[in-house]
Amino acid sequence: MSGDPVSRAGSADDTPSTTKRRRAPERLVRVGFIPLVDMAVLVAAAEQGFAEREGIRLLLMKDVSWSNIRDRLAFRQFDVAHMLSPMPVASQLHLGSNPYPCFTPFALGRGGNAITLSLELYRDMQALAGLDGSEGALANALALKQVVEHRRQAGKKPLVFAMTYPFSSHNYEFRFWLAAAGINPDTDVTMTVVPPPLTVDAMTARAIDGFCVNAPWNIIAVEKGIGRMVATKADIWPSAPEKVLGVSPEWADENPETLSRLVVALDAAARWCDARENHTALADMMAAPAYLGVPSDLILQLFSGQLTVDPDGRVRHVENYLRFSGQSANFPWISQALWIYSQMVRWGQVAYSEAGLAQVKAAYRPDLYRRILAGSGTSVPLHDSKVEGLDETFIDGRSFSPDDIQDYVDGFSIRAAANAAVDE
Amino acid sequence: MARNLLLHAEPWTSSAVRAFKTLSKDSQSGQRPLRVAIIEENGIRAAILVDGLREAGILDVEVIETMTNMLRRLSTIDPDVIIIGIENPSRDVLEQMFQVSKLVSRPVAMFVDRSDGSMIQAAVEAGVSAYVVDGLRKERVKAIVDMAVSRFNAFDRLQRELLEARSELASRKIVERAKGILMRTRRLSEEEAYALLRQTAMNEKRKLVDIAQSVVTAASLLEK
Repeated sequence: MSGDPVSRAGSADDTPSTTKRRRAPERLVRVGFIPLVDMAVLVAAAEQGFAEREGIRLLLMKDVSWSNIRDRLAFRQFDVAHMLSPMPVASQLHLGSNPYPCFTPFALGRGGNAITLSLELYRDMQALAGLDGSEGALANALALKQVVEHRRQAGKKPLVFAMTYPFSSHNYEFRFWLAAAGINPDTDVTMTVVPPPLTVDAMTARAIDGFCVNAPWNIIAVEKGIGRMVATKADIWPSAPEKVLGVSPEWADENPETLSRLVVALDAAARWCDARENHTALADMMAAPAYLGVPSDLILQLFSGQLTVDPDGRVRHVENYLRFSGQSANFPWISQALWIYSQMVRWGQVAYSEAGLAQVKAAYRPDLYRRILAGSGTSVPLHDSKVEGLDETFIDGRSFSPDDIQDYVDGFSIRAAANAAVDE
Repeated sequence: MARNLLLHAEPWTSSAVRAFKTLSKDSQSGQRPLRVAIIEENGIRAAILVDGLREAGILDVEVIETMTNMLRRLSTIDPDVIIIGIENPSRDVLEQMFQVSKLVSRPVAMFVDRSDGSMIQAAVEAGVSAYVVDGLRKERVKAIVDMAVSRFNAFDRLQRELLEARSELASRKIVERAKGILMRTRRLSEEEAYALLRQTAMNEKRKLVDIAQSVVTAASLLEK
């Protein structure tokens, strides 16, 4: 990619008007997405004029599965895509079917995930562990551990928990939370995949006992009276990147300036999304059938972090439940890509290797972020990597040093047995 | 529409792995006939595909219509090829299944035929994705995928034509009704009524059928 000039005309803080100002040569960028609240930055860029100001027309294309997102990027039906943060990492490691290596120069924000258990299961936990409903995520996991043990002794079938994709923050967060309480996700329970829009139905049909998915599905399960939210992403690891902008390397090579302009537009859009005064407008935009197709009030409630966690009406306030820009939420930290790698190793999806390290580093591109946004109003971190879990701690209290991945993985008492056997 | 083709080389769930090992040997030596699983909620589309496979001499075909117990059914069926429409969100469920089976069995999931750009393109446009078990000859796979592509395309064309025919018929009916209303209320001949509708449409830069719909709606309001 060549160093290219980036238009700074009218950048920084001023919000562009939604009306059309510029009819200059327009660059069409096709963006694949899955309808979830964490795609807010893309919607704002398209609807609030941030892309237009950079001479870009964003074509947001809805899809139904992460497999499709990956493959349509590979087949050039999309130029860029709304992706799970582990997807570029998995692609560089050649994991999954059709692993098309892509990368991310920009994270789309943090938060939004939560773990919801069936109300029935939660009431069992209350009965067994004496929960009064005010407990935190770890206490809830420990109570779940008691139920798991109790069920085992009673000879009942293991509980079934769903996430949305094998290479997803949901998978790693759900597992992290379970294991923090001593539950082995591979042997004590059954982990399965259910696509996000089907999670609530699957729980209603009692096909699953719990799920980890992004907004708005958790709150919908609670409002329907079938689910109890027991943990959020912020409880497990607040810094975790959630969705990222996945970029096709061929497209990036052919369109370096468009990529730069796109990142500038998304950066401005992300700041706009974080400002509370814009939340009503943002919720209205996202409520449209072309995007989420759910009531804007519901989206607004999610932005506020006021979550109804129990059908009995209990509300919990989660600070920074969704964060689109602040605290370097858009910076593609190499250390976070490596943390994802550590979890892939931990659960036996891949063996740890030096070659793997290099591949993972190719997935997250802080160098591009830095180059494109240098000199703009956005503060850019000085380093690409840091020790994770110091300011914002993991639920198990350990920190992650990107230099000691194997040690970090070995330090988990619960991990896939396969991990012990590889590369020794 | 979302479109893609995947050729996938991997066995299914752990329970199917034992069966798979004997099976892949057999299929390599050509002893067991090819077994295909179709994951498709639309019964008509599935039937069209089954027909096509029959014509191609593949008789061992199972259709999975619901997501319930999909994994268990797949491991029971133990297919050599899985064909799944790309608009089916269950693709992510399959992805997990391949991932899990990898732990107990052999790795490598890949495009058997990435080099054949036109084939991939055609499949992508038709919305076919096929997962193919290791050990199959490429030409055989290609024949199946080609068939699925043409069948999917034929189905889409059929749907489209049906839709167009329906909406054309509906439009014609509306125009007829609007003409009748105008003839009755304004005492016009059929030609005059039609000319009036057409002139109004041209003046307002709208479609004839929209004007006709307005006339019909207005008349129904006045009647009450």
